[in-house]
Amino acid sequence: MSALLDVRVAAIRELTPVIREYRLEALGGALPGFSAGSHVQLHLPNGRRNAYSLLGDPADTRQYRIAVRQQEASRGGSRYLHQQLRAGDVLRLSAPANLFPLHSEARKHLLVAAGIGITPFLAHSRELLRQGADFELHYAYRAGVSDAYLAELRQLLGPRLAEYPAGQRRLDPAALLRGRPLGSHVYACGPQSLLLDLKEQAAAQGWSDRRVHWEAFAAPEPGQPFRVELARSGRQLEVGADQSLLEALEANGVEIPNLCRGGVCGQCQTPYLKGDVEHRDHFLAAAERSNSLMPCVSRGCGSPILLDI
Amino acid sequence: MTTLTFKPLETYRDDFSFRNSPEAIARFPFPFPEDQYMYSVNLEPAVSRDPGSVFEHLFDVDEHYVSEMAERARVLERDPERCLVMPHMAPAAWDTLALLMENLSRDYPQHFRLDREGDAWHWHNLALGIDQRFTFGDPATLPCEPLEYITRQMQGDFAVLDQRDGDLFMDAGMVTCPADWSLRFDAGMSFKQWHSPVPMAHQIGVFDRALKYLLNIQVGAPVRRLNWTLTINPRLDTSPETYHEWGNDRGKVTPDNVGRLVHLRVELQLMVRLPRSNALLFGIRTYLISLDELVSNPAWARRMHRVMRDLPAPIADYKGITRYRQTLVDWLRRFDPEA
Repeated sequence: MSALLDVRVAAIRELTPVIREYRLEALGGALPGFSAGSHVQLHLPNGRRNAYSLLGDPADTRQYRIAVRQQEASRGGSRYLHQQLRAGDVLRLSAPANLFPLHSEARKHLLVAAGIGITPFLAHSRELLRQGADFELHYAYRAGVSDAYLAELRQLLGPRLAEYPAGQRRLDPAALLRGRPLGSHVYACGPQSLLLDLKEQAAAQGWSDRRVHWEAFAAPEPGQPFRVELARSGRQLEVGADQSLLEALEANGVEIPNLCRGGVCGQCQTPYLKGDVEHRDHFLAAAERSNSLMPCVSRGCGSPILLDI
Repeated sequence: MTTLTFKPLETYRDDFSFRNSPEAIARFPFPFPEDQYMYSVNLEPAVSRDPGSVFEHLFDVDEHYVSEMAERARVLERDPERCLVMPHMAPAAWDTLALLMENLSRDYPQHFRLDREGDAWHWHNLALGIDQRFTFGDPATLPCEPLEYITRQMQGDFAVLDQRDGDLFMDAGMVTCPADWSLRFDAGMSFKQWHSPVPMAHQIGVFDRALKYLLNIQVGAPVRRLNWTLTINPRLDTSPETYHEWGNDRGKVTPDNVGRLVHLRVELQLMVRLPRSNALLFGIRTYLISLDELVSNPAWARRMHRVMRDLPAPIADYKGITRYRQTLVDWLRRFDPEA
């Protein structure tokens, strides 16, 4: 696992009534550089570890910037950041990791964002401008609520920015993808419904999977409490309703490699021997699900799970 | 703390004056943890360990530094295409330059210095007498392309791998001392394509596991492993491009010259995630030791005998040992009294 970084909250800025930006600076020296599309995991004092995209200019290693939307169904992560975190507080972060990079073979980049899904594209836009690349940013938002960075983007991108304010203009993935030249790649970040629609339309129009990139919101959904047993030590754990299996393991001193904490990256894949599992991940093939689960999102839904660890 | 002193100029061709000092023999990375050799994904976190050893610093500089850099310059003079950077790898080339300069100046301050003021950089390489001011990110301010510039000052070869489509692609590099492979031939290939000549390992799934591991290497968490082969004479440039100059040497091994001619060649391979470009830097630092030098360590001598004797034939063949293997094993047997 990567070394952890200690940072200080240099400033907190309210962008909309539900979105705040946090500027994080190193306690000593510079922060590691990062590539556009990278995220960091915040290790919160309440035991939560949430992943947030780095939205600052990748060329700037003096500070990291993240933006957080307060989730109504928050399990404690976004609520803590919005209500308790103050400027001057010290936080612990993982080193940046990139599960959403720009593709080096793309000749045209189509960036599709909805709401707080705009964050990775702020870094991408700066990188693409620096490269002089051909790109467009399509941004769906609710005016006054989820339109963080709109003014900044208008200024930065000019005609490269296409806006879809809720209630006025609908973002239609089919139209957006139609007639694009071979060599176009599409990148999407936003709610599940948008990502599914986009992936479906891309497949229908014959786009190969290699040209379609997406990043889901990583926070695991709450569910029913369930029981887990570790086969090799015989230990038994209870996983609470608003806790993930990964978090429960960590709280009991069992560290499992992980990057996205949202069922995407595949790092935390863990074998199990029996139990009823609700998988919820985007990584495992159907055949693998009979003996592997992703503890960052998978939950028990009946008989207790016996993990092969 | 040991001080690093460079030996006077040695050669890796013609009269082959390359030799290891007793200190260099003592720190040689002997690669066999057991009496038998089989492929494994023997990767470990590249953290500093064993002060004075090749594992102390992320990039090891040793007594052969000046000689090895002179050899690299000679190879490049004859064949400039040993360094290759595809246009989309320009950011990764700058990433590499920054990483190498930062590490060398921190780990060997008596030989390398780096002063930075924003993008205005000032690099001193006292070992080679280089004093260079340049603007980071602007290739016009360096005498050559940035990957070539910095790796002309680094021991070992470097491949810079682009990561896309869940795979790695060899899209840039500096390769002047390869163990019989060619950057020009492998350029643009995927991980499994450039490993396709390796026998046996595909069947046991080594490459599937290794690729999955490499794709997930993170910023600030580099890893390393050792690899090995044998080379006749202390020749660094055993590339396919110059095969006509060295391939024939394998027929020259006799019972009388084994110790002098046959060299164990160990690669300390290093894999580092480059922060700005998300490319993977693959460093291949090569160490050579003659068998005469190697058998000065009785434990190494005995194990070397057993490994060579029991090596599966396809692996011996792939590593180019078959032609002189019996002569080698016969010679090594005298160092293994229990055999």
